[in-house]
Amino acid sequence: MPKLRTPQELSEYREGLAARGAAERPCVSVCAGTGCLASGAREVIEAFRAEIEAQGLAAGVEIRGTGCPGFCERGPVVVLQPGGICYLEVTPEDVPEIVTRSLGEGEVVTRLLFEDPATGERVVREGDIPFYRHQHRLLLGQNIRIDSRSLDDYLAIGGYAALPKALVSLSPEEVIEEDKRSNIRGRGGAGFPAGRKWEGARHAPGDTRYVIVNADEGDPGAFMDRALLEGNPFSILEGLTIGGYAVGAREGYIYVRQEYPLAVENVTRAIAKAEEYGLLGEDILGSGFDFTVKVHRGAGAFVCGESSALMTALEGRVGEPRPKYIRSNVKGLWGRPSVLNNVETWANIPLIIDRGADWFAGIGTEKSKGTKIFSLVGKIRNTGLVEVPMGMTLREIIYEIGGGIPNGKRFKAVQTGGPSGGCLPEELLDLPVDFDELTRAGSMMGSGGMIVMDEDTCMVDVARYFIDFLTDESCGKCAPCREGLRQMRRILGRICEGRGEEGDLETLEELAEVVGLASLCGLGQSAPNPFLSTLRYFREEYEAHIREKRCPALSCRALLSYYIDPEKCRGCMICLRKCPSQAIEGGKKQVHVIDQEKCDTCGVCFDVCPPRYGAVRKISGEPVPEPLPPEERMIVKAGGE
Amino acid sequence: MNDLTMRIDGKEVGAAEGMTVLTAARGAGIEIPTLCHHDSLEPYGGCRLCLVEVTERGWSRHVVACVYPAKDGLEVRTRTERIDRIRKGILELLLARAPNSPILRELGEEYGADPDRFEGEGSFCIHCGLCVRYCAEVKKAHAVGFVDRGVRREIAFIPEIATRVCESCKECFPLCPTSYLQAAWVLVKSLATPA
Amino acid sequence: MKGTELCAPAADLEEIDRIIDRYRDEKGSLIQVLLTIQAEHHWLPREVLSRVAERLSVPLTRVLHLATFATAFSRIPRGRPEVHVCTGTACHVRGAPRVLSTIEELTGIQPGETDLDLRYSLETVNCLGCCALGPVVEIDGKIHGKVSIAKTEDVLKSCE
Repeated sequence: MPKLRTPQELSEYREGLAARGAAERPCVSVCAGTGCLASGAREVIEAFRAEIEAQGLAAGVEIRGTGCPGFCERGPVVVLQPGGICYLEVTPEDVPEIVTRSLGEGEVVTRLLFEDPATGERVVREGDIPFYRHQHRLLLGQNIRIDSRSLDDYLAIGGYAALPKALVSLSPEEVIEEDKRSNIRGRGGAGFPAGRKWEGARHAPGDTRYVIVNADEGDPGAFMDRALLEGNPFSILEGLTIGGYAVGAREGYIYVRQEYPLAVENVTRAIAKAEEYGLLGEDILGSGFDFTVKVHRGAGAFVCGESSALMTALEGRVGEPRPKYIRSNVKGLWGRPSVLNNVETWANIPLIIDRGADWFAGIGTEKSKGTKIFSLVGKIRNTGLVEVPMGMTLREIIYEIGGGIPNGKRFKAVQTGGPSGGCLPEELLDLPVDFDELTRAGSMMGSGGMIVMDEDTCMVDVARYFIDFLTDESCGKCAPCREGLRQMRRILGRICEGRGEEGDLETLEELAEVVGLASLCGLGQSAPNPFLSTLRYFREEYEAHIREKRCPALSCRALLSYYIDPEKCRGCMICLRKCPSQAIEGGKKQVHVIDQEKCDTCGVCFDVCPPRYGAVRKISGEPVPEPLPPEERMIVKAGGE
Repeated sequence: MNDLTMRIDGKEVGAAEGMTVLTAARGAGIEIPTLCHHDSLEPYGGCRLCLVEVTERGWSRHVVACVYPAKDGLEVRTRTERIDRIRKGILELLLARAPNSPILRELGEEYGADPDRFEGEGSFCIHCGLCVRYCAEVKKAHAVGFVDRGVRREIAFIPEIATRVCESCKECFPLCPTSYLQAAWVLVKSLATPA
Repeated sequence: MKGTELCAPAADLEEIDRIIDRYRDEKGSLIQVLLTIQAEHHWLPREVLSRVAERLSVPLTRVLHLATFATAFSRIPRGRPEVHVCTGTACHVRGAPRVLSTIEELTGIQPGETDLDLRYSLETVNCLGCCALGPVVEIDGKIHGKVSIAKTEDVLKSCE
């Protein structure tokens, strides 16, 4: 591959790709994102390879392992082009039929299509599946169309159109102006306007500047940055290069957590490819602009997502936040002006430059523009990544896209913003989701985790979970965060274990003030949010734990008892055999009884009791009924059985 | 040299470019409590006790005085009901760790902190980092450092360096606000040189 | 990775030097060096840390802090296979705590520990990014999804 030296050469090369019909060739796209790989996508790809070879179609059909299109719940996801037929939950055994019928004869394998649960109708095309239909997939939509290793694929769908436009027809100031007019706000959490950040860096004194991608996606339950980095690393490189040009940086860094090995691999390969094509390196497309990018693996610390800690880690030091009242776009990495934006922000930049600020600003709400990717997870029917315009309501996201709560359970809360965010109750389901609305409701956008909780989720436990997480992840440098969270964890733990006392909530609120106001960095300052928001909307659950020693969600293990309903037990002995504590007495055709002394409330009996009996019950805050006397435990056959 | 003028607790205070609010205040005889500050070390911002409220262009926020730069026209309040409450909270949290530290007891009394407010778990070290930073920044010896993170964070001597340099130095000992440093040192020494 | 290698007391310092040399000219390479050593040797013994400090001219205090600060690093030999229980939020609300306690009971070890026979190392991880499959247990790179308590033992056995 000879380097592309001018914008002219780039567009000729792109036309060459089109002339070779790269886009129209029949293609089998199999999602090779982490979720689908875990469901067996690798085996499916292999099966396609073998079957296509065996049927003598290898020359005419391309097989692509792509990035994540979002519908992880129903993976492995396969999309056939042309036509866009979408098959779900594909196994290697399905592959011969797909190859024979769909690739060979142009038919559709109906049983692998999405079936609308409401109407029972089958949906052929990817975009018509309700999960996708309500989305606006500017970024994620590209994933299934390209092999993340192929820069040609990215070029074929119009990638690297924005970079030459920026380098040739716009000055750095004009790029920043475009960025500012688009009103894009940082997707990493706080929602700071990216254009203003860039402008500050451009005007800061000094010759050396840096642009950095924050891919230290540490929120437990969020994986949109991973999907972008794995699925379409070139778009991030393109955005970063444009950013480098705009602020006057010649070096860029991508800080990726090492827990994402595939992302590290794909982005490292993408950099090499871009260098080979002359889209990174010296004198990019003849513009005189030099730009290189390095990948830096993070070693696993949530706090490193905080900007000053991330930059400290990039310098090879322990990732502790630095006290600073000077912004990092003035004094950041190695003391130089540095622009740090998150993966999703950078991925939006080529779109803004290519299609224009006005187009971008036309999407979303007044103060939050564009789309946002959420990872919709937890107690939700369609788990996955969803990309929607800012301003869509929680209800639309959860019910229309997510398909609602599974197993006939009732919605209780949705947690947004990761450990820095909060839990929003049912009454706020019509809240339009944007940066400011979420903050007003006591949560935040964060990086876009959206964890749905149902009636079985205990909100005190959720608060304890997040405080626990943050206590572990606190770097320990400043006293309020280190010591304050430790005490909050202790008190919340006690409440969950039924040892809560009057006054605990007031103490927690006082601690929340100390931690929130006095902590050094964003981790500590936002750490009380999960507690404060659950207290605000679910105070009665806290009170039930403290006063009645009752967990209303029947979730806190220490406050639970298990009881076998003698009316329902059929004496099948499954629970008796599975109980690890040997706490269940009984025999064939005898009502089983749990010895409450021996029971350690692990819940195995509840899990294994056949649903048609449903004899095991959870009890909290009330005494366990006395067991039947042994002589009355014989189960008399019901009539006819 | 005093080219900046600020108001601290209503009093006009002069300061020079590059000073922090803390140095400016102390220069004017206004006391702000600190545990991790040392004049010859880089600002650290770890204990958060020097939290103050600053107002600039009509906009107020809480910052730590040991890091926040002195600025012309800055309005600073070093004691408000809220600040006192936060300081009290921090002191109570630290007293649960080092109940016998004289300086903690003294400040605790001033701010009405209850030493038994929180369940104690004596680590004795309050992670002010004075020993670690003094050894690194002033002595350039790096004989003592931090290990681990969060609640498991500790200070640790590097025995191979410490046995060589500490005996003749010990300059960090008097900086320690608790007596933990000496205890840690005695332990390292005794392990390194078995009787 | 062979189990015997883990028990070998002495680290091959020449090999360590080669890793260090790979990153020679890069600013701030300390973390990358340690990550590579961890990936290839599965733990960071003291003499290795001293060597890294010496060769990169970085204070040993800083190397030691880093090696104990970040979860990727282990100061004790890790066993084989490494069992990772995802405790991300999505897995948490779907029952990860009970899966974890079942694994603790079955293996007799706590997160961060390796059993005496070096049969298992147990770790919790914050999110593996396959929330659709939660609760998730990853064993030596293979992801097991929708793990119930009743299924946990089979999952553990599958890797023996």
